[in-house]
Amino acid sequence: MAALDQTQVKEGVDQETVDAVREVSTYKYGWETDIEMEYAPKGVNPDIVKLISEKNEEPEWMTEWRLAAFERWTQMEEPKWAMVNYPEIDFQDQYYYARPKSMEEKPKSLDEVDPKLLATYEKLGIPLKEQMILAGVEGAENMPAEGRKVAVDAVFDSVSVGTTFQDELKKAGVIFCSISEAIKEHPELVKKYLGSVVPVSDNFYATLNSAVFSDGSFVYVPPGVRCPMELSTYFRINAENTGQFERTLIIADKGSYVSYLEGCTAPQRDTAQLHAAVVEIIIEEDAEVKYSTVQNWFPGDENGKGGIYNFVTKRADCRGDRSKVMWTQVETGSAVTWKYPSCILRGDDSQGEFYSIAIANNYQQADTGTKMVHLGKNTKSRIVSKGISAGKAQNTYRGLVSMHPKAKDSRNYTQCDSLLIGDKCGAHTVPYIEVRNNSSRVEHEATTSKVDDDQLFYCRQRGMDEEEAVALVVNGFCKDVLQALPMEFAMEAQQLVAISLEGSVG
Amino acid sequence: MLEIKNLHVKLEEEEKEILKGVDLTVEAGKVHAIMGPNGSGKSTLSYVLSGRDGYEVTDGAATLDGEDLLEMEPEERAAAGIFLAFQYPVEIPGVGNMTFLRTAVNAQRKARGQEELSAADFLKLVREKAKSLKIDADMLKRPVNVGFSGGEKKRNEILQMAMLEPKMCILDETDSGLDVDAMKLVSEGVNALRDAGRGFLVITHYQRLLDHIKPDVVHIMADGRIVKSGGPELALEVENNGYADILAEVN
Repeated sequence: MAALDQTQVKEGVDQETVDAVREVSTYKYGWETDIEMEYAPKGVNPDIVKLISEKNEEPEWMTEWRLAAFERWTQMEEPKWAMVNYPEIDFQDQYYYARPKSMEEKPKSLDEVDPKLLATYEKLGIPLKEQMILAGVEGAENMPAEGRKVAVDAVFDSVSVGTTFQDELKKAGVIFCSISEAIKEHPELVKKYLGSVVPVSDNFYATLNSAVFSDGSFVYVPPGVRCPMELSTYFRINAENTGQFERTLIIADKGSYVSYLEGCTAPQRDTAQLHAAVVEIIIEEDAEVKYSTVQNWFPGDENGKGGIYNFVTKRADCRGDRSKVMWTQVETGSAVTWKYPSCILRGDDSQGEFYSIAIANNYQQADTGTKMVHLGKNTKSRIVSKGISAGKAQNTYRGLVSMHPKAKDSRNYTQCDSLLIGDKCGAHTVPYIEVRNNSSRVEHEATTSKVDDDQLFYCRQRGMDEEEAVALVVNGFCKDVLQALPMEFAMEAQQLVAISLEGSVG
Repeated sequence: MLEIKNLHVKLEEEEKEILKGVDLTVEAGKVHAIMGPNGSGKSTLSYVLSGRDGYEVTDGAATLDGEDLLEMEPEERAAAGIFLAFQYPVEIPGVGNMTFLRTAVNAQRKARGQEELSAADFLKLVREKAKSLKIDADMLKRPVNVGFSGGEKKRNEILQMAMLEPKMCILDETDSGLDVDAMKLVSEGVNALRDAGRGFLVITHYQRLLDHIKPDVVHIMADGRIVKSGGPELALEVENNGYADILAEVN
């Protein structure tokens, strides 16, 4: 595989052959789409911020909001507290905006989208057609006959190329569109909620995102509506040297329910690429949101070259009483992951759950976890984290559980398990616990174990090869989290677990 | 079928030799029992045949139907037909018993170039085999060996054996930790698998298992060698007089 990563396309060897060979290597999504792109000049400054705003045909208030964020960002410093090491990022040596030329005029419907883009998503297993099930997931054809609809918003580099099932969702009153569209079509909602969970000045990456985000998804579910299908956004980074800064805003109004899925991939390259997203979720009284992620950005090669630097701020605000949020994440990709999906449990009796699988192989570094901030009375949170380290990878769980004085009778349960494969990797657990009232209870359990040789031998004696055995044992270790995923994602995630650990033993 | 010639084995980490020249041939359709005191090398023999890490073969050979076992990976030996019923079956949390069985069955079928069993065919087969071992649906769903009683673990081993239909079954102290009823169930399971094409190597301390699984040949192992072989009456001799007499006689 090492040879493959460095392969230059020789004369007489067509791209298709290279792609075909690449596809059989470990990272299945490492190919790129050959498409004419339009870039903003390299670097970031007020002109670039204005240009992005202009490209998105934004109203002035939005441009001002971005410029204020940029101003703020120039006074901030990159955080260094996470247990990750990477070469200094030159923020002026990146493109902040890349759009396929064919997207210059926004297509009015999916039929008008550039076939090359449609083919890209088809190849990724996410056809942008309005069909019953999320096809392309192996085993999907065995799903119950009644089928399930999944609406998809497809984001390619800096822009959304299309969103499926918009009409059907509209009938239910649900708004699902790209955030650039929402800024134009639903400014009152965007104005009210954007930055209300992750303030512009929250942290270095979130602030940068606020200044330069180019697109992302927007969801609004009106009071009392149960969203009739799963919603999903598929992020694809294609352009080289380009950062992807997407912004997702989800609002679940009183008594509503929505389940949202997020998937991500990027081509295999030997230079690192930046991804800094912000996700904000607002959950009103009695509403519930499930947010699932399968993050499969290119992790870098087995020598630690290339890969995505993933700096993401995700936060849910359980504003209303009895509101509920559940984060589920499977983090298998990225060279560096810095991500802490959090829950602000503001409403009384609100609940937050966080289920996470983080796999780091080769030279990957993951510093991930959650924050559960209990503000309301009788709030509950649950954290189940499974970290798997192999090769020379470092995997850190970092979590905060904070019980504020008014969060009387609140509860937290944290279970944090680490699994080591081989003897050159590391697992670290960094829990922060603050309890500022005397009626709340916080429980924390943590274990670290190695993949047991006896288990592997037992599996192999029954006929499984070593990699199959590791995948089986690791999937067993992750079971509590896999169960929390929607079914299609769970199957995909199980296979991902196996693929991510290829070559980790022996 | 299984031929072991002058097998010498030491621990990888230390110089201590554990098997000091084992010679043994198990023919198809026959049940051979190996008895012997603790530390005589019985379990080591079963691990070396199945390919567990930590042992080094310094001399000798072991073949199954003429194929060199010692050159193969554990999973290749399994696909060739070697099955080891573990003395201490291993727990695998989070992995359903059924999933484990299906993965194993299909891995072996794949290795032999056969088609994988469909979910429906597999389910039918496993239910049928489980029933005769009194393994209920709940036990099939539970994670592999987790929270199983001693008897359940051993029955589960026999279920795996029945599903995988190996050529050569090695039972390593399958009677340990079993009460009389469980021993009967397990033995019935083993006896049901006896046929002209299959060989058995039953390793045990005690004669009582051999009351249920009648051996054709009994070997006594001591200090890394087979010191005496004979018919089923040899097991009775051990039962009545212990190993001391036999060992004294050989020495």
